[in-house]
Amino acid sequence: MKQVTGTHSVKLDKFCLVAATAALLSLIFPLTGIDAETGKQIAFVGDIPGLAIAMALCVIVGAAFTWLGVGKIQYAAIILAVAVFGCWQAVTALYDHGLAGHATSGFWLFILSLWAFVWRGIDVVARYRSLETAKQQSANILVPIAFGIWLLFVWEVIVAGFGVPQVLLPAPSAIGVRFINSTDTLAADFYQTFIKAVISGYVIGCGSAFIVAIAVDRVPFLKRGLLPLGNMVSALPIIGVAPIMVMWFGFDWQSKAAVIVIMTFFPMLVNTVTGLNAAGKLEKDLMATYASGYWSTLLRLRLPAAMPFIFNALKINSTLALIGAIVAEFFGTPIVGMGFRISTEVGRMNVDMVWAEIALAALAGTAFYGAVAFAERKATSWHPSFRVRRH
Amino acid sequence: MTSNTATMNGAIAGPSLWSRMMSGQAGPVTVVLMALFVIWYGGAVLMNAPTQIDKYNRADQTWTKMQLIEDTLAQERPILPAPHQVAQEMYKTIFATKITSKRSLVYHTWVTLSSTLLGFVFGTALGILLAIGIVHVVTLEKSLMPWVISSQTIPILAIAPMVVVVLGAIGLKGLVPKAIISTYLCFFPVTISMVKGLRSPQVIQLDLMRTYNASKWQTFWSLRLPSAMPYLFASLKVAIAISLVGAIVGELPTGAQAGLGARLLAGSYYGQTIQIWSALLTAAFVAAIMVVLVGWCERRVLVRMGARS
Repeated sequence: MKQVTGTHSVKLDKFCLVAATAALLSLIFPLTGIDAETGKQIAFVGDIPGLAIAMALCVIVGAAFTWLGVGKIQYAAIILAVAVFGCWQAVTALYDHGLAGHATSGFWLFILSLWAFVWRGIDVVARYRSLETAKQQSANILVPIAFGIWLLFVWEVIVAGFGVPQVLLPAPSAIGVRFINSTDTLAADFYQTFIKAVISGYVIGCGSAFIVAIAVDRVPFLKRGLLPLGNMVSALPIIGVAPIMVMWFGFDWQSKAAVIVIMTFFPMLVNTVTGLNAAGKLEKDLMATYASGYWSTLLRLRLPAAMPFIFNALKINSTLALIGAIVAEFFGTPIVGMGFRISTEVGRMNVDMVWAEIALAALAGTAFYGAVAFAERKATSWHPSFRVRRH
Repeated sequence: MTSNTATMNGAIAGPSLWSRMMSGQAGPVTVVLMALFVIWYGGAVLMNAPTQIDKYNRADQTWTKMQLIEDTLAQERPILPAPHQVAQEMYKTIFATKITSKRSLVYHTWVTLSSTLLGFVFGTALGILLAIGIVHVVTLEKSLMPWVISSQTIPILAIAPMVVVVLGAIGLKGLVPKAIISTYLCFFPVTISMVKGLRSPQVIQLDLMRTYNASKWQTFWSLRLPSAMPYLFASLKVAIAISLVGAIVGELPTGAQAGLGARLLAGSYYGQTIQIWSALLTAAFVAAIMVVLVGWCERRVLVRMGARS
């Protein structure tokens, strides 16, 4: 796609053209289905002034930018602002004017128009280049966030517009409401699963693997024997030991921690052993000329050189640990915990509670991963992969 | 593979057999495996001894140490079954039972394997398509890539049961829900490596394609895709393994009807530890075989794609 710049370009902006056309058609096509009782349409565009204004605005702005082109970042901001206004009006129309479950072609054309605007706007922001780091970084962050919000909006509109049953897929807003209303339960589950089981299992698993790796590193024979096995173990469905651990260690968090220890042990072992061999021959020779002993070389050269590998394992393990804890809870648990809540609420068809629990798990998982990634940045800031990319 | 040749060479060389064997990989791996077996037997005796002694005391029976060890390795519901017990159970359920029977592990393995493979195919296709989109469209890279990555910090495996139950509620049962979970798990490593692989051609090679006036499609087909193959297969090995995990976890909530996951769950309900261990080991074997198969395909494809062997 060629970038359209300046007002003198003859080339029309395709996305804005689509947006304007779709918005124009949405004013004409019926907005809702026909009510079975009265035999009339449930709502007309004229009944909902906010939506009508949004549609008209889309037509005007779309037409204008079809001609102007969206070359500047300011234009993209205008387009995105119009799209946000449109999204707001669409949601209002759905819930306040009875469109939910009855939306038809007019409404979906409007959503199509909004999609074209959002896509074009994000496209321009994604191509934005600035030499000022702050501006460039905020543009880089804005793109995925805008995309994520758009996905949430589409989810909401599709669920509400088509009247998808709650059991199948609840709307994001319903999940959010449920999340806020049941923070006590969620906090208790979080404490049981994350603070007790995940953290302790993760620390024990990664810590013991780290120590074993350093011991194994001193014995080349063990290294050759353990590494291929460790690599193979990572391909095995280790999560299957969950029922055995629940039998051995009981229903409380200890059995979950045990599952996590087993799951996290081998990735950490393999990565640490590989990392300890990552230091180059030149560096090792240099340490030898300094007459540095085993421990000094280990602490000053080999462990720092192994850090990228170790953090790689820590990141992999951060997601594995949460999965291990939740799945292990399916095999038996006291009456609290994220896995327990998910399996019981599924049985009672309280799907919005399950989704709230999933949102919690996602938040916890992302935060955990983010914390490890942050620590990695601090610890291995020298690594080439963290250098700022200049375009 | 190198380890095998190392041992064979050792046999020919004769005198230095031992040192040769131990310097490769095969020797150390065998020793570590043997050590694991010894630990396993020792653990079985130690862990099962208390219940066995309890049993003796209740029966007012006198016992010797040898007898204790023998009995701990032959319990019906041991805390930790001995390797030979698991092997017997596996032989019984794999070879000695008709494969149509519900007691046959082959039957259960097939149930799990079919959804694993279906999910693997879907996931790989989805992963490759996403990667092609991400490589060719800048906006997709910037907007989608962060979400592809963060999608994996969500413990999807944990909600696998819900996906199965909810899809079951609208009439989708059997293979497909489990395959969907496997798909979700599979696509991620494939996307990440394919993006890397499709970007791996050097600037000089891309420039050559430009001098040939090659179209985007031609560049993709004859340069980008072949150079992405090593990356693709590395990720496929990961993908097939987690696809199996997804299928097993997807079976947990179906009320223990069929599949390796159902065997695990049924075993844990009724305290049938031998059954759990045999299902677990079977799953491990299946995973290992599939990874080896993918590796075999990899070598074939790489040779066809012009890799220097």
